[in-house]
Amino acid sequence: MTATSKPAPAHHLRDLARLRRVRDRIDREYAQPLDVEALARGVHMSAGHLSRQFRLAYGESPYSYLMTRRIERAMALLRRGDLSVTEICFEVGCASLGTFTTRFTELVGMPPGAYRRQGGPDIAGIPACVSKQVTRPIRNQEAPPGDPPLD
Amino acid sequence: MDISIHTTFLPHTDPDASLAFYRDTLGFEVRKDVAYGGRRWITVGPAGQPATSIVLEPPAADPGLTDDERRTIAEMMAKGTYARLILATADLDAIFDRLQASGAEVIQEPIDQPYGVRDCAFRDPAGNHIRINQLR
Repeated sequence: MTATSKPAPAHHLRDLARLRRVRDRIDREYAQPLDVEALARGVHMSAGHLSRQFRLAYGESPYSYLMTRRIERAMALLRRGDLSVTEICFEVGCASLGTFTTRFTELVGMPPGAYRRQGGPDIAGIPACVSKQVTRPIRNQEAPPGDPPLD
Repeated sequence: MDISIHTTFLPHTDPDASLAFYRDTLGFEVRKDVAYGGRRWITVGPAGQPATSIVLEPPAADPGLTDDERRTIAEMMAKGTYARLILATADLDAIFDRLQASGAEVIQEPIDQPYGVRDCAFRDPAGNHIRINQLR
C-alpha cells in the first residue's frame, strides 16, 4: 500500500482479489498436497509472480502462509492428543516429517513432541473468532533462534 | 440495562451483487434501499428479527476520510482483511449447501473447531469474511 492520493486502480484491486482467493484456498485446502505452482495455476499467474505479490499484500510468501496454516492445525491436533506426531504431519498435508518438525519448532518455540506433552494454552471461553486468531502461530512471533531446546 | 444490537454495517462494492447474496441466498428481508448521490445504502436483516439489521453501505462514504484512507480501505476489502461478521443457524449444513450452490466463495466447509464451535466460512461479494456458527 503505497502513499499516494490517487484511488487504487481497478486492475490493482482485481489483482488483490485474486491473492485473496489464493489465501482462502490455502485456508480451505491446506491439508491437500498443495504447492505454490498449483496455487499459481489456479489464478493464472506464474509461481514467482504469485509469491512476490502475495508477500507484498500479506507480508509473507504463500509457502510460508501454507506452512503456518498446517502448523496451526497440527497444534490443535497435538492438543487433542490422540494422534502421533508423524500421523499429524501427514494429516495436515506435510509430505516431510523433517520439514514439518523444523518449521513447527521455528514457529512455536518447541518441537511438536514437546508441545504435545505440555498441552496448549487455556482458551476455554474465548469467542471462536478470537480463539482462531490468538492460537494461530504468527510468523513474526517466531521463537528467537537462540532459545535452548526444550525437548 | 436493556440494550440490543440494532444496526451494524458492512461495505459493498457492487450493491446489486451484495443484495442478491443477503436477500436471495441467505434469505434476509430487505428493509430499506436508499439511493443518494449515486450511492446506495441497503438495510437487510433476518426475517422475524426486525430489531437487528445490517446496512450494506458504500465503503468510505464518510467525508472525513483522506484519499489515502479510502485507498487503503479499498485495498483491504479486495485482499479480504477489512470487515467480518459471524452469523448463527440451527441448520449449518443446509445453509452451506445453499451458499456453495449459489457460487459464493467458500473459505471453509463446516467443521468442528478445536475450541468447541462447529462453523463454516464464506466471502460475501465485497470480500467480507462471513462465518456461520451451528447453534447447539
